[in-house]
Amino acid sequence: MRPMRVTVNGETREIDAGSSVAEVVALLTSAPSGVAVALNGEVVSRGAWERTPLASGDRVDVLTAVQGG
Amino acid sequence: MTAQTTSSPAPPHGAGEPDDALVIAGERFGSRLVMGTGGAPSLQVLEDALLASETEMTTVAMRRIDPAQTGSVLDVLRRHGIRVLPNTAGCFTAADAVLTARLAREALETNWVKLEVIADEHTLLPDPVELLEAAERLVDDGFVVLPYTNDDPVLAHRLEQVGCAAVMPLGAPIGSGLGIRNPHNIELIVERAGVPVVLDAGIGTASEAAQAMELGCSAVLLATAVTRAQRPAVMAQAMRDAVRAGRLARRAGRIPVRRYAQPSSPPV
Repeated sequence: MRPMRVTVNGETREIDAGSSVAEVVALLTSAPSGVAVALNGEVVSRGAWERTPLASGDRVDVLTAVQGG
Repeated sequence: MTAQTTSSPAPPHGAGEPDDALVIAGERFGSRLVMGTGGAPSLQVLEDALLASETEMTTVAMRRIDPAQTGSVLDVLRRHGIRVLPNTAGCFTAADAVLTARLAREALETNWVKLEVIADEHTLLPDPVELLEAAERLVDDGFVVLPYTNDDPVLAHRLEQVGCAAVMPLGAPIGSGLGIRNPHNIELIVERAGVPVVLDAGIGTASEAAQAMELGCSAVLLATAVTRAQRPAVMAQAMRDAVRAGRLARRAGRIPVRRYAQPSSPPV
């Protein structure tokens, strides 16, 4: 597969074209819960990660709860 | 400094009794101390402090995941059955705060949010315009919104009007430990509010937490005063007792302040 460039948590990464949100999340964490994803500033629900493909130039943010407030 | 409201009759029940629960959006809490988790030197210190505080609800922030991070604040909260209250700390605009709240709802499976929209890094004071807009949008989206707000009675009222489940005015800037700088405004907010008022931010030590409750606040939210104390778990215990004492004093109905002495013994 040809690689494509996406931005994951602010860093540019090369991933296989056609990769899903779920595949990108798996690069960062294996936590079964407590994680949320925004794709280009919109929430993608966990149930939709597998079937949401990424396109070149997409911005993915993967967040979790940390100490604060 | 103590509350001077004397007009309302003392309710019959004291703090800690079943009918003195804090109720927010229909949910009951036995503890009126909401804790934050920022500033603790380690998860173990945080855990000990949370347990000592006997809090039932605690805030967390949402941040980009760090693959190197081991241990999670969520595990600590889950282990002790403490309700997690995500915040939108670090957001400067309504749009940012709305997205962060939605991410928190997705990650943590709660529609409760401590809404924080700050104006700048220097003061960390709420931006009232962005705050009100974010509150309105989140209420429309089905969130239970608990906004961190200025000690401004007008803004607090506006936040209640758009459907916030509580209002959380600051005593002083976040992490400052300056206490309650404008107790009069806090009293005005309490007098007018139809939702719980939670004193959020500025508390430095136990007497200030008690003062918040004496002024009529329904609860106190604090973090730094405990997590950065020299002995966090001991300060957590002090805060727990201070909130209870202040609540009891409020419910007891304090004596009026007098200009001159009044003998407490019968005349000779």
